[in-house]
Amino acid sequence: MIPAQFDYAAPETLEDAIRVLSEGGPEAKLLAGGHSLLPLMKLRLATPSLLVDLRKVPGLHGVHRDNGTWRIGALTPHAELEHTAELGLVARAAGTIADPQVRNRGTIGGSLAHGDPASDLPAVMLVTEASVTLRGPDGQRTVAATELFRDYMETAVGTAEVLTEVRLGAMDAWGFGYQKFNRRSEDWAMVAVSALVKQTGDVCEDVRIGLTNMGSVPLRAHAVEEALRGQAISAESIAQAAEHADEGTDPPADLNASSEYKRHLARVLCRRALAEAAGLK
Amino acid sequence: MSAVAEAPYVGREMRRKEDPRMITGRGRYIDDIAVPGTLWIAIVRSTEAHARIISIDKSAATGRNDVVAVLTGEDLAGDFAAPMAMVWSPPGVEIKTPEYWPVARGEVKHVGDPVAVVVGRDRYSVIDAAEHVVVEYEPKPVVVDPEKALEDGSPLVWEQFGTNRTHEWKVSGGDIDAALADADVVIEQRMVNHRTAGGAIETRGVLADPNGDKITLHSSTQIPHILRFVLSLLLGIDEDNLRVVAPDVGGGFGSKLQVYPEEVIAVALAKRLNRPVKWIETRSEAMMATHHGRDQIDYITLAANSDGTLTGCRARVVADLGAYQLLLTPFIPELGFPVMGGCYKIPAIDLTFEGVFTNKFCTDAIRGAGRPEATYWIELMMDKLADKLGMDPLELRRKNFIRKEEFPFTTALGITYDSGDYEGTLDRLLERLDLEAFRREQEELRARGIYRGVGFSTYVEVCGLAPSRAVGPQGVGLQAAFWESAMVRVHPSGSATVFTGASPHGQGHDTSFAQIAADRLGIDPQRIQVIHGDTDQGPWGWGTYGSRTISVGGEAVARAAIRVQDKAKEICAALLEAAPEDIELVDGKYRVRGSPDKFKTMAEISGAAHIPPQELPTDIEPGLEATAMYDPENFVFPFGAHACVVDVDAETGKVSVVRYIAVDDCGPPINPMLIDGQVHGGITHAIGQALYEQVVYDDEGQLVTGTFVDYAMPTAAELPSFETDRTVTPSPVNSLGVKGVGEAGTIAATPAVTAAVLDALAPLGVAWIDMPLTPRRVWEAISEAQNGGAQA
Repeated sequence: MIPAQFDYAAPETLEDAIRVLSEGGPEAKLLAGGHSLLPLMKLRLATPSLLVDLRKVPGLHGVHRDNGTWRIGALTPHAELEHTAELGLVARAAGTIADPQVRNRGTIGGSLAHGDPASDLPAVMLVTEASVTLRGPDGQRTVAATELFRDYMETAVGTAEVLTEVRLGAMDAWGFGYQKFNRRSEDWAMVAVSALVKQTGDVCEDVRIGLTNMGSVPLRAHAVEEALRGQAISAESIAQAAEHADEGTDPPADLNASSEYKRHLARVLCRRALAEAAGLK
Repeated sequence: MSAVAEAPYVGREMRRKEDPRMITGRGRYIDDIAVPGTLWIAIVRSTEAHARIISIDKSAATGRNDVVAVLTGEDLAGDFAAPMAMVWSPPGVEIKTPEYWPVARGEVKHVGDPVAVVVGRDRYSVIDAAEHVVVEYEPKPVVVDPEKALEDGSPLVWEQFGTNRTHEWKVSGGDIDAALADADVVIEQRMVNHRTAGGAIETRGVLADPNGDKITLHSSTQIPHILRFVLSLLLGIDEDNLRVVAPDVGGGFGSKLQVYPEEVIAVALAKRLNRPVKWIETRSEAMMATHHGRDQIDYITLAANSDGTLTGCRARVVADLGAYQLLLTPFIPELGFPVMGGCYKIPAIDLTFEGVFTNKFCTDAIRGAGRPEATYWIELMMDKLADKLGMDPLELRRKNFIRKEEFPFTTALGITYDSGDYEGTLDRLLERLDLEAFRREQEELRARGIYRGVGFSTYVEVCGLAPSRAVGPQGVGLQAAFWESAMVRVHPSGSATVFTGASPHGQGHDTSFAQIAADRLGIDPQRIQVIHGDTDQGPWGWGTYGSRTISVGGEAVARAAIRVQDKAKEICAALLEAAPEDIELVDGKYRVRGSPDKFKTMAEISGAAHIPPQELPTDIEPGLEATAMYDPENFVFPFGAHACVVDVDAETGKVSVVRYIAVDDCGPPINPMLIDGQVHGGITHAIGQALYEQVVYDDEGQLVTGTFVDYAMPTAAELPSFETDRTVTPSPVNSLGVKGVGEAGTIAATPAVTAAVLDALAPLGVAWIDMPLTPRRVWEAISEAQNGGAQA
């Protein structure tokens, strides 16, 4: 890897990290697992003046549960999420990220702060209604996942802020499904659909659908949710609801897919994710 | 008794001698070699697909820290004695070959064309400095589609030729017009065999190290001797003052069967600056400036009688050669011609090849080189013909197979297939794949919405380049020869070194050549080292490519070793007071026939050869070594039968390979484990082309697939566990009976995969999809077949 020149700092406290980041100005970047940032630097698509490496900062690692809430440190690697089965949908989605090497190094905080709409965790954060903790020179704030992703690779994390923690409610009563479509198992999703379903008997009490790579930010498929909420769950009702999966989306065409093909994939994957979440396999 | 009758090592599954070193990180690739005082090279590459260079402003780069020189094509004009080389001159055909200089002069013809060279003291500094070389371009019209490039009024890649057509080469045999006119059935199909990349995991790299008048070039190459020969011509340096070393080479797949601009540049700069210079290709550079393969459009016509007997085939091949002619660029499509009738008796064959310039990088040899394309069309045409005739596709094949007893068989094109048993490999394949049971399962799965299909490929390929007389100047016109060499030296204490002119880069010849020599010398292969890839060590050789090394280089080793054995017997006879013809080599012992207790070991014999005792006659020369140069009289023709089973998700278009069975016949195996490795890799390469990989340029000639994110080489996760098997039909061409196997999987597998997908989708009305069979293409084909209308 031959990136453009940059300075490097590895502060030992969160306060120092924020200070160094703040002093570095807008061209300073945080380095967590590096699996999004370093490839961009290698291609010189990113040319930060300073990398502030978080690896020595304590307290940013690990998965904890306090009663009904999960607290996940920003530096927790995908592999740890993958192997914490109680995280349900989060574990499932994390296990599909790239390959084992990437999952061992890449972190949840890095992935969310990067805000790539093709990566797995952002849409999962939408449907689990997660929030993130941001620490900056002016203190700490909490941002809901719905407010975090602003545009293509643009998030609410300020240039001098550190994303320190992810919180999400335990979804113990919910069934989940994750359907990711890509050409190779290590690829980013062409389209992915995450589904959460809460059932009472046959009735869908509540449902949440997340769409990955169907726009410049992760999306909720509200039309599907509305179509299914309160209905009896069946293959037919799920299929009908899933037909709304691409409503209101405008996915950009790329090398592997036309916009129309992505819309089609969203509908198919939504049906499959719902069936999986409802145990209809 | 024959010299090899006791052969205990050939045929064994020996682990690769080279592996412990490589898998513990002790391999020695170009970037592992460090010479004090080395300067680094970075190449400034064109961002335009076709443009006139208005100006190059070097000032910002020149003034940067650690930068020693910034040189343009004009600056280097005096450093090159001749433009880049292309070596095919077919008799009676002119091939348009523009002057191709290592660094562009005046115009650029593809994205990635070198426009300037930055030399400096540090690898990072030169790449930074290269970004500060400001090139002003005047864009010129671009053409990327080879068929559009042939239309009147197309932009011209080279205006001086007045056309983008580089050449037309024809070969035919039999009366094709009569065959097509008289046939009961004539089918036609256009097929696109798209552009792919070699994808070697070690990118290219060079280190040119001057010492006095001599320059040593370390290069990640498949052809050190050819490279030295060509470099001496391009740079005006005598060969005795050039040494080329190919150290461990991390994959080639044909992409390092080349003389590249960067190799010429490095030696020129080492000479000019009298300093070692080094360049290591980045992956992004590899995607745009290491030659690509395939990229042809084929128009195929196949004719038959109503009973399925083939009567003729005709093909027109439009080959996209890219912007320049590299070493073998225009020849590669034609390389498939000897097997364009497949393993079938076809009385009339008529082939036309057209080369086309486009504003893309050059194509040249990539694993299979012409033969995968040939196999692709003949095998899929057999399926289409069977469909048309309502015949079973395997029965149609059997009906037209050249029979075992008909070898050697001379085809309509005058090519003589050496040996084969095509029924035998197909029978073996069907022992492993119960086709009736498969068809029942297929029906059951379809009822549940799962589209499973099977595809077959009964292939024959041509390899073992040589023979020089057929391929060289008096034959098809390559300005080269293709014999191979070996020198076998037994050391005084009884171990040995084999020097080969071949240049393996992953094939495992350190092991297989040692096995071949071991049996003939009576030495354990662990005590035989194989040295290759250094023009200062061992005899001249033509390198490793085209599945030639075991059948040509391996045979040279066998012959040199037999010469050593003959001399060892002579010495042994003198020591034991017996006649040389009474000495036999059994289990490592040179013993007197009929008196097994009277023997000498190779250590004793070699000791006597080096320090002659009194009883050794003075007319026996001291030392124990021999050299052999071997030029075969014919090619060899490996063959086999492959089957691929896929599941297609008809809703999304995704194809999964669920089973792959390969029965190959490459003659008697030297090391079955190495054959399996080659077959696995070869099939993977073909599955890559059939389902995943494609080099894509957009309409402006910009490379879209510039990294492994977009160039979708498959990984282990995408592949099934391959099932391999073999039959053994020796070749009469060489004493080992062997045929090459490095490309067989790649040559065989693309039609099997495509046929499997078409079989799976037959109930949905899909008749054809061009590779790569990506989910999007498959989904669109299904949608079109179902709705009768085009999808966006």
